[in-house]
Amino acid sequence: MLEIKNLRASVDNNEILKGIDLSIRAGEVHAIMGPNGSGKSTLAQVLAGREAFAVTAGAVTYQGRDLLAMPPEERAREGIFLAFQYPVEIPGVSNLYFVRTALNTIRKQQGLEELDAMDFLALAKEKMKLLGIDETLMGRPVNEGFSGGEKKRNEILQMLVLEPKLAILDETDSGLDIDAVRIVADGVNALRSAERAILVVTHYQRLLNYIIPDHVHVLYNGRLVKSGDKNLALELEEKGYSWLEQGAAA
Amino acid sequence: MIEVDRETEPYLASFAALEEQRRGEPRWVRWLRESAMERFMGLGFPTSRLEDWKFTSVSPITRMSFQLAPHRANGLSVSELEQLSFLNLGRPCLTFIDGHYSPKLSTPGVAEAGVRMGSLADALQEGSSVAQEHLGRHALYTDQAFAALNTAFLHDGAFLEVPKGVVMRAPIHLLFLFTAGGTPLVSHPRSLLLVGRESQVDIVESYVALGEGVYFTNAITELVLGENAIVNHYRLQRESPLSFHVATLQAEQGRASTLISHNISMGGALVRNEINSVLSGEGAECTLHGLYLATGLQHVDNHTVIDHARPHCSSREVYKGILDGQASAVFNGKIIVRKDAQKTDAKQTNKNLLLSDDATVNTKPQLEIYADDVKCTHGATIGQLNEEAVFYLRSRGISREEARKLLTYAFANEIVSRIQVAPIRSGLEELVPRQLGKYES
Ligand SMILES: Nc1ncnc2c1ncn2[C@@H]1O[C@H](COP(=O)(O)OP(=O)(O)OP(=O)(O)O)[C@@H](O)[C@H]1O
Ligand SMILES: [Mg+2]
Repeated sequence: MLEIKNLRASVDNNEILKGIDLSIRAGEVHAIMGPNGSGKSTLAQVLAGREAFAVTAGAVTYQGRDLLAMPPEERAREGIFLAFQYPVEIPGVSNLYFVRTALNTIRKQQGLEELDAMDFLALAKEKMKLLGIDETLMGRPVNEGFSGGEKKRNEILQMLVLEPKLAILDETDSGLDIDAVRIVADGVNALRSAERAILVVTHYQRLLNYIIPDHVHVLYNGRLVKSGDKNLALELEEKGYSWLEQGAAA
Repeated sequence: MIEVDRETEPYLASFAALEEQRRGEPRWVRWLRESAMERFMGLGFPTSRLEDWKFTSVSPITRMSFQLAPHRANGLSVSELEQLSFLNLGRPCLTFIDGHYSPKLSTPGVAEAGVRMGSLADALQEGSSVAQEHLGRHALYTDQAFAALNTAFLHDGAFLEVPKGVVMRAPIHLLFLFTAGGTPLVSHPRSLLLVGRESQVDIVESYVALGEGVYFTNAITELVLGENAIVNHYRLQRESPLSFHVATLQAEQGRASTLISHNISMGGALVRNEINSVLSGEGAECTLHGLYLATGLQHVDNHTVIDHARPHCSSREVYKGILDGQASAVFNGKIIVRKDAQKTDAKQTNKNLLLSDDATVNTKPQLEIYADDVKCTHGATIGQLNEEAVFYLRSRGISREEARKLLTYAFANEIVSRIQVAPIRSGLEELVPRQLGKYES
């Protein structure tokens, strides 16, 4: 589904991704862990099409297409979804209107009929209930004044509504209380299917108890320095990252 | 000096030519006009040497010659008008074409007893004593050239007198239409709106062009609020892209009265709005909301003055601008707190969104505070669209253009959403995005 080859990206001439290779197949769940500043969010944002990062080398194929040639909106319409580490506040735009516009844009692309306000509200309410989101959040401007946890849940709500093929979750578990981590994990698991793939960025092994990954990778200083199965997460939890330094220097 | 003469001379000539036509006007009106003309000749058009005109050059106006708009039997029908008027507010409505009252296109009848509504020319002709009492007493022309010019040519406009204790149900629509095309015309609409104590009314002044050509509107509205009166005043300006528009709303607020002014500018080559209120009774409240949209080579200048003359008054001001192309804007918000005006509470904000690199804005708060126990805050921002927000929307499948439009409209919506009269709000909810849709970037 997703094939990343020797991906390099920089911002203001600082190279942040220094050659990433990663292959994700439909039905798989991959987890990326790694110290602060190692480039996890950069990778997530580059995959979503953030233009602030310049891709200087490498290639990314998504469902057989050149992903890097697609503008962010097209990626989203083709099924890529990024749950932001820091969701953006948008004053003046109601959350309900925003999510409905997003869904209808994607549905239009897929040749489906657009949902009217009533049908959309019913759908949104169902998902909100699942995620334990207060209904008043939908009437408020997007993320404006939302608590940290509310913002994260709002990302997952969008994910459940938009039903992406490839979901990238950037530290969605950070800032969530213990119950919320479980709820969010349930939401993600509900999306899991043979046609979909999920890439989770996290610092905590805890999340991976609920969303059990097929592969775990360590991103260290712009490179994937180690990959393994779910046990790698346990090992990292125990030993930290310093033992990987040697591998990273190579 | 010689240059100044060349600019004002044509106006003097056209003033003299009026002699015959205005033979029947009351003596005090003649006297008012003559002294205003004299003042105008003395002042000349403002130059950028004047602090209040530092960033707005009126030379596009002074370079052109305009003919005083004649009263013409316009062939416009009521149904054509309904299509034209961007707000279908229904009745009551007073319509003016190039500053002249059009009885055929007006529906001045209201259900409420004692309300007088019609053309100012008629009221003057009938010898209205309240008109005499107020006209020219609020919008002073001693150092305002355009006010002097308007007063010198003062002839017609809206006249409204709401007696004590009347709550008007429907908004009153004052529709000023301008015929653009052919010889450039100038008109000087002059309105006098008197709202008695404990009365409530929504007043909508809209300025709309019939055509795309050049013309010059120099309008003044004097608005007087009695004790405890509540007025929502809407100024909607959507004129020809080549038009020049200079206008003043001068309000005088009595004790515990409330004025909420909404000033929406969406057109014109050069627009200068002055919205001023004197809080001359204790406990008066004044809210000024403004939205200005400009693109291409348009220039829009908003000057506001809130004069806190008495204690315990409060004022709130929010002006927002969206500029594209090479458009330029000026915001100058003056708040005066007189020595007497203890416990004044004033707050002012001006926010500007620049959609292009070539658009510019000059924003300046101006506080003159002579009392010591007051709360005054102000703030101004100039910024671009938040690129992170654009990306966030795009990452959900919304196109770049749609994302920009959505965010731009959201910025404007803060003002639009505060409009309480439903047909005006819904009208603007359509018009503002349509206007923004014309922007290139
Ligand atoms: N816009 C930017 N300008 C300059 N440097 C940036 C920018 N964005 C990211 N960086 C730098 O790139 C590096 C990687 O950042 P990134 O956000 O990808 O890290 P991360 O692995 O997600 O960290 P965390 O675990 O703290 O979320 C950091 O050193 C960061 O400071
Ligand atoms: Mg990060």
